Amino acid sequence: MHAAELYGFGRSATPQEIKGWDIDISPDGAGLPPGQGDVGQGEAIFAAKCGSCHGPHGEGKPMDRLVGGAGTLRDKKPIKTVGSFWPYATTLFDYVRRAMPLNAPQSLSPDEVYAISAYLLFLNGIVPQDATLDADALAKIKMPNRDGFVSAYPSPGAGVKP
Amino acid sequence: MRSRTPKSTEPLVQIRTVRSVTRRGLIEAGGGAAAAAIVSPPALAQEGDNLPPSVPEWQLHPGDEVLSLPYGRPSKFEANVVRRYRQGSPEPPTRLSSFSLTPLQDLCGIITPNGLHYERHHAGVPTIDPLEHRLIVHGLVERPLVFAMEDLTRFPSSSRVHFLECSGNTQNWAAPKPELTAQDTHGLLSCCEWTGVPLATVLAEAGVKPEAKWMLAEGADAAAMTRSIPIEKALDDALLAYAQNGERLRPEQGYPLRLLLPGYEGNTSVKWLRRLKLGTEPFQTREETSKYTQLMPDGVASQFNFVMEAKSVITFPSGGQKLTALGFYEVSGLAWSGAGKVARVEVSVDGGRSWRDAALQQPVMSKCLTRFRFPWRWDGGQATLASRVTDETGYVQPTREALMKVRDARSYYHYNAIQNWSVAADGAVTNAG
Repeated sequence: MHAAELYGFGRSATPQEIKGWDIDISPDGAGLPPGQGDVGQGEAIFAAKCGSCHGPHGEGKPMDRLVGGAGTLRDKKPIKTVGSFWPYATTLFDYVRRAMPLNAPQSLSPDEVYAISAYLLFLNGIVPQDATLDADALAKIKMPNRDGFVSAYPSPGAGVKP
Repeated sequence: MRSRTPKSTEPLVQIRTVRSVTRRGLIEAGGGAAAAAIVSPPALAQEGDNLPPSVPEWQLHPGDEVLSLPYGRPSKFEANVVRRYRQGSPEPPTRLSSFSLTPLQDLCGIITPNGLHYERHHAGVPTIDPLEHRLIVHGLVERPLVFAMEDLTRFPSSSRVHFLECSGNTQNWAAPKPELTAQDTHGLLSCCEWTGVPLATVLAEAGVKPEAKWMLAEGADAAAMTRSIPIEKALDDALLAYAQNGERLRPEQGYPLRLLLPGYEGNTSVKWLRRLKLGTEPFQTREETSKYTQLMPDGVASQFNFVMEAKSVITFPSGGQKLTALGFYEVSGLAWSGAGKVARVEVSVDGGRSWRDAALQQPVMSKCLTRFRFPWRWDGGQATLASRVTDETGYVQPTREALMKVRDARSYYHYNAIQNWSVAADGAVTNAG
């Protein structure tokens, strides 16, 4: 449709409006905010805000297990966690910031989300105990199962459909 | 004194699953065959006083006034026809992130009443003031735009009948649980007439840049649910829906605005839609990596399995029901395909050894439920009823064995194999997987 044929409904979204809602983080790290957090800070925040659902060390119960399961994806009962299954560390930051904790989503500061991400990645053996994460450091992390996904779009890969 | 109608002249009774109301209203009465019983017409509670030749009690005084119920509701005698959680499965730790199932065995035709549409929420149902709801379209567009609901409803609109199916519908990977009903096995499936503005119209308003290949859709719920959608789908038949079955969306279905992607797995039709962002690559959200991906036997996960494969299920007779007399029954069920129209449905009464064509209710619509019907005479013997759909692409619904050769319980999603219902000599119908 040519511009002259547009309906003209809606109005321009201001940069400020977009900034308030534009919270997604891409796998290349685009969208990661300024700030930083380390494993120790993350442990304290996790204990206060996350451990009651995910266990003090992310072992799960009553909600999702977040730690462990490395090498189980071919087992009859695979253990799919942040460490064993998630392909991108950026997704961890994105999801914690937008949806966690369940009773207060979008309440964590960027520093807190960096710290929680650092703690969970440490528990999964992906970063060392003295790690501090910021935008650059998080975007550079290669998750253990990074190459464990294939896209069925636009056509299913061999073996997906009977 | 009124005469009593002898039991031998009772009309053909309705067959229906009866469940007792428990603390959670979820547990079947009894179990197995005992769970199925005959729902007596209300007249029988009066021991026949309402049956001919007597004049029924409800004819002897005026009924409820006009506007007794400004928004109506079903008859109180239909109180068992409600959404439920799946029998025999432990509920999640919180109902903020859970699901409920449509009572397919109690519905006729193809339309799901709005109050019975299945639910899947990830952080509860938000209460959104439509005057304060906004949709932002940005990213790789010429003109980032923000729309109020009154803007969106001014665009030329379109109404289309489409099914929605959760890709986690039908967990028949393991040995079948005999007590499961069609609601339990297939109830993450519903079908409505959806009205809204074609997404392509709104995207044209913003001007999609040529390099845009994927679109992030984000909800305004507490989960801020996000999925990445191929631009081809966004520009094809995607709808920004604000109404279902003639009324504005129910809160459980995304009020005041949802994305509706015909034929795609239900999770992608993001509810409470607040933001669309155009980009060059998938955004790799949690819901398209750690969830809604199919772990294959080799340990690799298949993602972006958007299209719901062709599938069908007999809804009568189905699990939990009971045949009470020999002779004619109309076998009836639903068939659908995310790839287009249903082309053919076959029914077997001998567990798949032989198949015969069922009649399809017209019109058959694309990416929509199709009601099929098949005449059958029950001779009182054991029978196994099954249906098999072929869609217009030629894809044939697989057997469970064929599906399990490709993937298994680890893939969790997209189970679409043929469903079998076993009819015992006493008429009890049970799930045979």
